[in-house]
Amino acid sequence: MSSVTLNNIVKRFGNFTAVHQSSLEIPEGAFITLLGPSGCGKTTNLRMIAGLLDPSEGEILIGGKRVNDVPIHKRNLGLVFQNYALFPHKTVAENVAFGLKYRDVPTEEIPKRVQDALDLVQLPNVGDRYPKELSGGQQQRIALARAIVIEPDVLLLDEPLSALDANLREDMRVELKRIQERIGVTTVFVTHDQSEALAMSDQIVVMSEGRVEQVGAPEEVYNTPASEFVANFLGASNILESRCTGTGDGVAIDAPIFGQMTIPAEKAPRITGEGPAKLVVRAEKLQLSDQPAPDGSVSVPATVETVDYQGQAVRYFVRAGDTQLQAINMIDGHPFAEGAEVHLHLRPQDCAALPG
Amino acid sequence: MSVEAREARQPWILLSPALTAVALLLFVPLLFIVVYSFWLRTATGADEVGFFLDNWQEALTDAFYRDILLNTLKIAAITTLACAVMGYPAAYFIARSKGNKAILLLLLMLPFWISYIIRTMSWINILGVSGAFNTAMMALGIIDEPIQMLYNEVTVILGLVHFLLPFMVLNVFVSLDGIDTNLEDAANSLGATRWQAFTNVTLPLSLPGLAAGGLLCFVLGAGTYITPLVLGGPTDAMFANLVFEAIITQLNWPLGSALSLMLLVVLGALVLIYNRYLGMAQLMKGLG
Repeated sequence: MSSVTLNNIVKRFGNFTAVHQSSLEIPEGAFITLLGPSGCGKTTNLRMIAGLLDPSEGEILIGGKRVNDVPIHKRNLGLVFQNYALFPHKTVAENVAFGLKYRDVPTEEIPKRVQDALDLVQLPNVGDRYPKELSGGQQQRIALARAIVIEPDVLLLDEPLSALDANLREDMRVELKRIQERIGVTTVFVTHDQSEALAMSDQIVVMSEGRVEQVGAPEEVYNTPASEFVANFLGASNILESRCTGTGDGVAIDAPIFGQMTIPAEKAPRITGEGPAKLVVRAEKLQLSDQPAPDGSVSVPATVETVDYQGQAVRYFVRAGDTQLQAINMIDGHPFAEGAEVHLHLRPQDCAALPG
Repeated sequence: MSVEAREARQPWILLSPALTAVALLLFVPLLFIVVYSFWLRTATGADEVGFFLDNWQEALTDAFYRDILLNTLKIAAITTLACAVMGYPAAYFIARSKGNKAILLLLLMLPFWISYIIRTMSWINILGVSGAFNTAMMALGIIDEPIQMLYNEVTVILGLVHFLLPFMVLNVFVSLDGIDTNLEDAANSLGATRWQAFTNVTLPLSLPGLAAGGLLCFVLGAGTYITPLVLGGPTDAMFANLVFEAIITQLNWPLGSALSLMLLVVLGALVLIYNRYLGMAQLMKGLG
């Protein structure tokens, strides 16, 4: 188990810069998620930590030691791929034992270590089968067992759940987190799925176009996005061009549609004074109602334009004045119909603000 | 006609042109050859129709034929080994190269656009007494007299390798190209050096391609008569040369038929053994 540090890492492929000056501090035992859309540099970062790519600039430290020049096979890392990457010509037990052969593990101890790892991923009886005889979810568990049996200093997970179908993905998410907590290994998890990131991470690193947009705990990243990109990438948000009209007791924002409101200072940490600002309204925080809100809360009339029914929740596109907004509401009874006249309720403390 | 019956007939309708061609152009002539092999060539030069075992007796018992058959198999084996040793690294390089894979494959196919006979004869211009090599060496004053390098077993093997190497490279390439590169990364991350990852993961997974390439090289190599004819000396005849000799030179079709069937059976047995252990699917992949 070790900490991982990236110091001003830059990675260029020819003229294309995949990662710009990224620095990151991953404490020992932490579960860190690199989150972003494809092409944002998250996998490049992971591959540099793994030693599959060399950084163009900057240094990588694992457990305080610079590893830029340490080849991958000496870094003692556990690596799990999206497509499992199990060796198809070896049995499950041989797959799991693979890394032990290159370590000073006594031969007679190998079967026990393999069995322990298989027990940990709750597949104790598949050792003599071949990978193709297992389901996708089982194969990914074996890949995980193979990566952790060597007791790696750092566990690197490259979109390990993306190839699984939705229900299985949620089960595996819980399972993966359980195993990580049990063995306490420092883990770097790469995903483009915000719900995976929110559910599993101690810290989320949101990346976009090779740059780190924000680093923070899931709640912090979700509730107080540092940029428009983060606000939109983690769930759906409405971003309204507004003005900050004063910072005293909270931040006073004059927003279109919703008018004047005061939001708590901690929800707008990057606003320093009066000037243009962006109001971030999460789609889940915008409530549709057939009644105006009681006094004290923001309430504006709107018309429902599109209803996107999703079972337990419904996504509305509503028009207020000449602005289209989206709202995601849990369904209580029946959803509103298209064309319905509604009131939008919004609590100022649920909003966040960014400098304009 | 029911839908099921129509669907059951459809593959046969689609196959019928190909099956007709194979039956008429391959199977029927082969039957002729079988029949011919039991005829007898008389002293007058005419063929006597009947059921004679003389040709088969000669082909199967004469040590001359046996020795040449063994020598043919030996040359084919050496050629196959040389193709494997030279072709594998090339295939690996192409499979792992990014971006210009298509160009490299095109370059690999390029020799097929020139007749195999012309390609074989080109060695005369390179290694012949007045060929490029001797001329250059003499011009540089390294040798005074041209060296006779052609017309021996080594040049036959050289010509065969030249002819067959692309088949090996293609087969191994197809096999390597289908291997997930993450597997090597995974092996490396688990502590294997690049060489260990190669020998433990990539090489075993590419063996079917190597075997398919090997089978093709061996069968094509053992069945050729042009290379030994052009690049071999008087003692370097391979088995197919005997068939050529019997049929074209001596006009002894019955003996030539028996000899060619003998070679067919030996090589066919090899294909069957291959099929038993590795299956034809891999071979088809390499050809496609």
